[in-house]
Amino acid sequence: MVDIRIPIGLMFTIIGILISVFGFVTMSNSEMYQKSLGINVNIIMGVLMLVFGLIMLYFARRKKKA
Amino acid sequence: MKVDLSWIDYLIMIIYFLFVLGIGWFLKKFMKNANAFLEAGRSMPAWVAGLAFISTNLGALEVMGMTGSGMKYGMLTTHFYWIGAIPAMIFLALFMMPFYYGSKARSVPEFLKLRYDEKTRGLNAILFAVMTVLASGISMYALAILMENVLGWNFNLSLWISALIVLGYTYLGGLSSAIYNEVLQFFIIVIGLLPLVFLALKDVGGWIGLKAQLAPIAQAKGFAPDAFTTTWKYAGEAGSNPLGVEWFGILFGLGFVLSFGYWCTNFLIVQRAFAAESKAAARKVPLIGALPKMFIPFLIIVPGIIALALFNDPSIDFKTNFPLDPGGKPIYDYTIIMLLKQYLPTGVLGLGITALLASFMSGMAGNVSAFNTVWTYDIYQSYIRRRTDNEEADGKHYLKVGRIATIFGILLSIGAAYIASKFGNIMDFLQTIFSLINAPLFAVIFLGMFWKRTTGHAAFTGLLAGFLLALMHHGLTIPAGATTLVKGGWIAVLHTYPVEMAQNFWTAIIAFTVSTSVTVGLTFVTKQKKSDEELHGLVYSLTPRELDDSHLPWYERPVGLAILVGVICIVLTIMFW
Repeated sequence: MVDIRIPIGLMFTIIGILISVFGFVTMSNSEMYQKSLGINVNIIMGVLMLVFGLIMLYFARRKKKA
Repeated sequence: MKVDLSWIDYLIMIIYFLFVLGIGWFLKKFMKNANAFLEAGRSMPAWVAGLAFISTNLGALEVMGMTGSGMKYGMLTTHFYWIGAIPAMIFLALFMMPFYYGSKARSVPEFLKLRYDEKTRGLNAILFAVMTVLASGISMYALAILMENVLGWNFNLSLWISALIVLGYTYLGGLSSAIYNEVLQFFIIVIGLLPLVFLALKDVGGWIGLKAQLAPIAQAKGFAPDAFTTTWKYAGEAGSNPLGVEWFGILFGLGFVLSFGYWCTNFLIVQRAFAAESKAAARKVPLIGALPKMFIPFLIIVPGIIALALFNDPSIDFKTNFPLDPGGKPIYDYTIIMLLKQYLPTGVLGLGITALLASFMSGMAGNVSAFNTVWTYDIYQSYIRRRTDNEEADGKHYLKVGRIATIFGILLSIGAAYIASKFGNIMDFLQTIFSLINAPLFAVIFLGMFWKRTTGHAAFTGLLAGFLLALMHHGLTIPAGATTLVKGGWIAVLHTYPVEMAQNFWTAIIAFTVSTSVTVGLTFVTKQKKSDEELHGLVYSLTPRELDDSHLPWYERPVGLAILVGVICIVLTIMFW
């Protein structure tokens, strides 16, 4: 019917890029990251989601070719 | 206590909304008849159905409730998982799924019709339909009120928008759309809450630091220093653990009656396994769901326990912002959102809020897709318009009915949400009562599957008697300190339980025991009307053994997976004993 990994992969890739870019732009804003114990969680989570999204897309694509 | 969201937080939510609706829209063209719409054409791969299985359960009430319970009862809350859900899921997969799936029943009420008779089905179908609508109304209300108080969202607006989005994708793509979205929502919930667990644990100095911070708090409440961070250690006596229940109540009440009742008979959960592509896949569904389920406590219960430490830390303003009830106790439903607010900066905060919305939607879509199936097949098709000879026209007709039922289900849930906002107490009461429906139902289905003699009259009476006796028990007992009749004692007070949880467990135990005894007793004095022929595939002793699967690798076999799940669960239990 549809491979659910495609929409999941796309969504996490898009949100991942969005959050990591936002993380880079706000890198110098130490006041904002006081909440998160001084850690720029946006970059970490953004990259994590991007990787997860790409893995999903990779597996969906590999299955389509097979 | 309000927190402001920024444009990027909203943007994340909007992207998520577009994807869930997009999945529904894409699936629309496959919805040609009622089978496709209400049963997902029985075509789901095991891993998709398995994640949906667990995601439906991970609704807003589960996330809010378990985090709150973590703050209230500490690590003992994990009993709902490691002794509650997991053994029941293993049992469902290995022993019950072959009969459920093999019976070709399209719903749990329909299984009762095949195994017993029409009246047993009717009773269960009607109770179930009312219960699901109320449950989704209550969770909608609970979330909307939270969003209003903490994010300043308009109550009516957030209620209607979230309901309409769920309506959108379930109306378009039916059960398939609900299931596919549940998989997506599962990942959003896990990833969205992940930074919270990480940051909160780091803040309190890890598990060791958390233990040290909780020791004086536990002692101040009259418990042993490690009472909040252990599970079975203080279960010997009800009074010495924060849950207020002793090992027997936990093992039998929660581990057996409540959990088996919920996981093995609740159609909104079991429906996900019904949608699997084959009997072998259907048996694997609960086990695949159990693998992530075992680790959910670290995602939602552990942050709740950390909230207890933060709440008692005078050096931060966590407590001053926390909503309290008139008695000065924290309103535990707010725990999760207060934590999100505490630790997540703009960006990941939007992700965390999206995770909450996703959990709400997965739970609500589960209710709605179970409701429309029971309504269409068990009520409409049985009592209003029966099947005709024309299968194709029927398929189209019942598709239309299923779609209309989806709209009505959502409208009724919205109605229930408004009733909940006016009469919160009555809804609490109904929720307690409905949690009792599953205990007798499990007794009856279990006896039906493993004892071919069990008769329809006996099952019907057992179901009703278990329910009524449980209701009476609730009316005759109260938890200590109860001030409203909603908590019990509305007939007379014969017994006082130390905590509400103990009362709930015992009510369920009584419902199950009565139901079992009545069904067994009456079976001996009533006549079995179903022939062995009719019971073929529905009862253990009348069903041929499973096909041999010993040529498959262990992880492809239900028994192999069940052992894996069991071993991990035991290791976790010992680690946090």
